[in-house]
Amino acid sequence: MPSDRRFRETLRSFRVATWLGWQIESNWADPFVFAIYSLVKPLAGALILVFMYAAIAKGGVNSPLFPAVFVGNAMFIYVPAVLAGISWTIIDDREHYGMLKYVYTAPVSVFAYLVGRGVAKAAVATVAVVVTLLLGTLALSVPIRLAGIDWLLILGALVSGCAMLSLFGILLGGVTLVTARHNYGVGEAVAGGLYLLCGVVFPLETLPLWLEVVGRGLPITYWIEAVRRALLGAGSPAFNGLSNGALLGVVVGSTVVLAGLAVGTFRLAERRARARGLLDMQTMY
Amino acid sequence: MSSELAIRTEDLRRVFRTRKREAKKQKREVVALDGIAFEVPRGELFGVLGPNGAGKTTTIKILATLLTPTSGHAWVAGIDVATDPKAVRHHIGMVSGGETSGYGLLTVEENLWMFSQFYGMETRAARARIRELLAVVGLSDRAKTKIYHLSTGMRQKMNFVRGFLTEPEILFLDEPTLGLDVQTARTLRGFVSNWLREHPDRTILLTTHAMHEADELCERVAIIDRGRILACGAPSNLKRDLKHEDVVRLRIGGLEDVRPIVATVPSVSRFSQTAHDDCVEVDVILANDAVLTGLLAAVEAGGGTLLSLEKRAPTLEDVFLDVVGHGFEEPNGGGAS
Repeated sequence: MPSDRRFRETLRSFRVATWLGWQIESNWADPFVFAIYSLVKPLAGALILVFMYAAIAKGGVNSPLFPAVFVGNAMFIYVPAVLAGISWTIIDDREHYGMLKYVYTAPVSVFAYLVGRGVAKAAVATVAVVVTLLLGTLALSVPIRLAGIDWLLILGALVSGCAMLSLFGILLGGVTLVTARHNYGVGEAVAGGLYLLCGVVFPLETLPLWLEVVGRGLPITYWIEAVRRALLGAGSPAFNGLSNGALLGVVVGSTVVLAGLAVGTFRLAERRARARGLLDMQTMY
Repeated sequence: MSSELAIRTEDLRRVFRTRKREAKKQKREVVALDGIAFEVPRGELFGVLGPNGAGKTTTIKILATLLTPTSGHAWVAGIDVATDPKAVRHHIGMVSGGETSGYGLLTVEENLWMFSQFYGMETRAARARIRELLAVVGLSDRAKTKIYHLSTGMRQKMNFVRGFLTEPEILFLDEPTLGLDVQTARTLRGFVSNWLREHPDRTILLTTHAMHEADELCERVAIIDRGRILACGAPSNLKRDLKHEDVVRLRIGGLEDVRPIVATVPSVSRFSQTAHDDCVEVDVILANDAVLTGLLAAVEAGGGTLLSLEKRAPTLEDVFLDVVGHGFEEPNGGGAS
């Protein structure tokens, strides 16, 4: 296919899927209820963390670790939203709406379609992240100051983070394509595992050594660390040896590696799904 | 392959392997297609006719790139569906009947507009076409209705519109009128005929188990059963081939099952039975008139009472009965002599 035609097809698929994703994301409730939900959910999540920290950690929210944990927790909102959101599209379209087969028989770029469907979830997650960070700054003395933000680092981290999470979502989407049954929890289960392994709510070095090694091998760990440094000026002592540039380099480099892995896995899964007749399989509804 | 051919298959075979739950290591094989070969020239409405489980939907799934064949080849618009499915998708459209697919939170118009955008249609042209097609299927007043409020039949009409909206070069219609009321089904059949007349370069492959639908619409039909094509040709030719035999419909009272009796009569080449509350109806293909006397005597001797007898021109149903050996709704019910 000529490259300009492929580009137009990709852009079209992304645009339409983004529109569809937003309709599905926002249309399930009255706009007012949806707005309230979008605010209350992250606030509740942040408050759970605050009370948990106050009750358990020495020094409570005044602990020097709290800002890093709070920012890590806020940024992690993106992870299940984008990652599970993209892989969920496969299940939703195939099992619930019965539309995956029609998407697959149309001239659609499936990657662009899946990422587009994740955009709406990322948008809702962005509201949640901003609300959570505002709560932390205004009510819990999390030291985020506009003048102190490393804008270049945060921009680089957000752009590469979006790409990385989308690719993780595509990778999981591939797994979802070939697991016709019991696949509803794949995205959330993986997100739960990442919550544990990426040093989100406690320093990575508190994990058993073998889990710490796994955590250090995950790009999301470095992404969260980069955001912490960009917003707070400091991150976890575990990564003191890495400069900001090196940290961003790890995020970008691992995203590139992940791109190959995600695309390869998805294409392989797609071939397998076609061979086994899973593209239009309805197993649960 | 010749560019004049819209669809071509060659020794197409599909085997599904399933694991038995009770013995997990034991695999069971189901042969859905067993060496299917046919060609459809551009501009033709070709029918694939067969009972449930015959392999019709499997054929369409392979041609529409949703499923790969176990062996053999298939080309759509001259492109191999197994090796270049993405290229095939620029040439095809598909409608499956009897299902309730669609994004429930979107309106009918939004669902259709969204698909038009996947195909790169200009929005204004797409909206005009949507209005036109919704009017054809009688859904104009539901354009702004979210589709979770629609009945199954209405959703099916919407899906029908989706298939024709982008005017694909090759369209696969898989039981498009399944579950629709008689009037709507007739309207859709009329629309399909007109559409092909207006677009003589387009091709439709239609699967159906409605004989009259195939008879009315298709220029040629392939009769398929248990994954094999048993006959292929124009409906009129297939029926003409049967004319040397007699097709008789008997209504018999006093018996619940006449198959054991009919099966004993020599020269009854094929028969099928349909049970009703007050009688059984038997369609019989006889080698010649003389056989009828013996058949009626056998029924009477078996305790049956002849309620009516109708000798008629062969239909596609009779062709099916002749080539398959049993009636459409009774996979093991009828018999061959």
